[in-house]
Amino acid sequence: VTRVCIAGAGAIGSLFAAHLARVADVSALVRREEHARALREHGLRISGRADFTAQLEAATAPDELAEPNLVIVACKGTDLDTVAAELAGHWPEATLMTVQNGIGADEVVARHGAWRLLTAVTFMSGTRHDDTHVEYVLDTATWIGPARGTTPDDARRVADLIVKSGLKAEAFDDLRPAQWSKLIFNATVNTVAALTGLPHDAHFAALGGVGDLGYLVRDLMDEGKAVAAAAGVPLREDPWEMNVLATQRGSAHYPSMLEDVEAHRPTEVDLITGALVREADRLGVPVPLHKTMLRLIKAKEDSWQ
Amino acid sequence: MKVCIVGCGAVGSLFAANLATLDDVEVWAYDLAREHVDAINRDGLRLTGAGEVTSRLRATSDASELPPCDFGIVATKAMHTASAIAATAHAFASGSVATVQNGIGNEEVLAEHVERVIRGTTFPAGKITAPGVVQWDVKGDTTFGPFEPQPAPFEAVQQLADACTRGGMPAQAVPDARGPQWRKVIFNAATNPLGALTGLTHGRVCEQPALRRLVTRLVDEGKAVAAAQGIVLDADPEELIDYAARIDVAYGHKASMLQDVEARRQTEVDYLNGGIANFGRALGVPTPTHESIWALVKGVEAAWQQ
Repeated sequence: VTRVCIAGAGAIGSLFAAHLARVADVSALVRREEHARALREHGLRISGRADFTAQLEAATAPDELAEPNLVIVACKGTDLDTVAAELAGHWPEATLMTVQNGIGADEVVARHGAWRLLTAVTFMSGTRHDDTHVEYVLDTATWIGPARGTTPDDARRVADLIVKSGLKAEAFDDLRPAQWSKLIFNATVNTVAALTGLPHDAHFAALGGVGDLGYLVRDLMDEGKAVAAAAGVPLREDPWEMNVLATQRGSAHYPSMLEDVEAHRPTEVDLITGALVREADRLGVPVPLHKTMLRLIKAKEDSWQ
Repeated sequence: MKVCIVGCGAVGSLFAANLATLDDVEVWAYDLAREHVDAINRDGLRLTGAGEVTSRLRATSDASELPPCDFGIVATKAMHTASAIAATAHAFASGSVATVQNGIGNEEVLAEHVERVIRGTTFPAGKITAPGVVQWDVKGDTTFGPFEPQPAPFEAVQQLADACTRGGMPAQAVPDARGPQWRKVIFNAATNPLGALTGLTHGRVCEQPALRRLVTRLVDEGKAVAAAQGIVLDADPEELIDYAARIDVAYGHKASMLQDVEARRQTEVDYLNGGIANFGRALGVPTPTHESIWALVKGVEAAWQQ
């Protein structure tokens, strides 16, 4: 039997934990003791696109948990360094998989230990109602690829396990084309949403008058595409087409960065736009618009400090 | 002479109350805010703060009451220019109309409705604290000049500037008022929307090096658009930006656009960043940063409709 530890049980982590508990031994590593106790006592309830309650182990320190084969690091990008530091020195045989937005999450984790690593991006979404209840909202896939010390077969085995648990997943020999598509999409859509207060809706694809938001969205995506091209990464999907398609779905999505801004929490902008800008600078590709967005979001974070 | 202030908000009230102190000027005020109009007619228009003035003048929300006037001074928010001048144009059939509004493109709108137009830029600022009462926050100069495509005679421009100066609002008549106007619009467009988008005061926008560089990029794009029209700025907007950031000047000042955003009022971004972007497009000068900022602030406004 596979033993899986979910590090960070927010909406995404909880969705993984509860589903995987149906096909594996699952534990959750969380920050708050009361959260761990609630999970141990009441299990984890999923509503929405699925409806069940899973039983699982939970603790606030790795020492208190059985050694897993697989660790899904599902905390927010802003907590990644802290969570990885906490795992340092533990579970050397385990494979760690990052699912954070942006790029470079696996590199952050790599600094804290010699684990084998998988890298993933997830498009599923959920709403966390409380410590033991998460609503499964968007049943879109998690994409998984090899990183340090792993092979495409390792990625496939984890994808198979996730699919068996009732979630959607797909393995890639090279995740970068998919990851970069999402990076460019998120660097654009999340920052525009966070600065304007708009959910991801039809405004993002509007190409009417010159002041329309669609032009900015397209220009930001074009900058991102130029960086991907310079990095030698062929994109799996065109971010602008992803944008147009998503805005035609009818129900407007609230990107997490918009929720962070409204709650006056630090955003993941450094892992998303920041990562794109660092790659652009390394490759000598001008990205003035992304730099503008990065500065504005950082300044907005400063305004509530 | 008869002067009608079209749009008697904070800035319009500064002109109205000061001009009405002159014996040779009859001042009318046209404004749609009934409480403000009623208070002015009942108690006079009172300025407090940087200057203490109380003046009697005629205010109305009914444009048909306006007599033929020698001058109009349009001081509405920029998005109300067209409706305000359409309603009052009959009063200026043989007069000249000046704008003291923010942004660029206002003169063009006035010229669609009246014969003789005066370009104007003003720095004084204040806010309405109660109907009929305006707090005068900042004193400053006003520059008037003929609007080149459809100018008022220069003597008329001088006459208006002279009356304003005598009334306590120092004003200059110059043959080309575009320099001061573009300096101010560049200043406003480079700083106001950054405050509006981030929630930071003017001083805090300027003290962050990365954000300050963004201000400079906006300034540089604006300067390029001005230069392409042969406009010589009367001073570098950067100096004004640094001066305003001083703790003793406007460090803690929330730009009017930030105040608008906090109150969920439509902003003047179409006439600031939008104005620079539109002029840039017409002249073939790229203004990618102004276009981006414009789109973001329009997005903020659109989010209120959700």
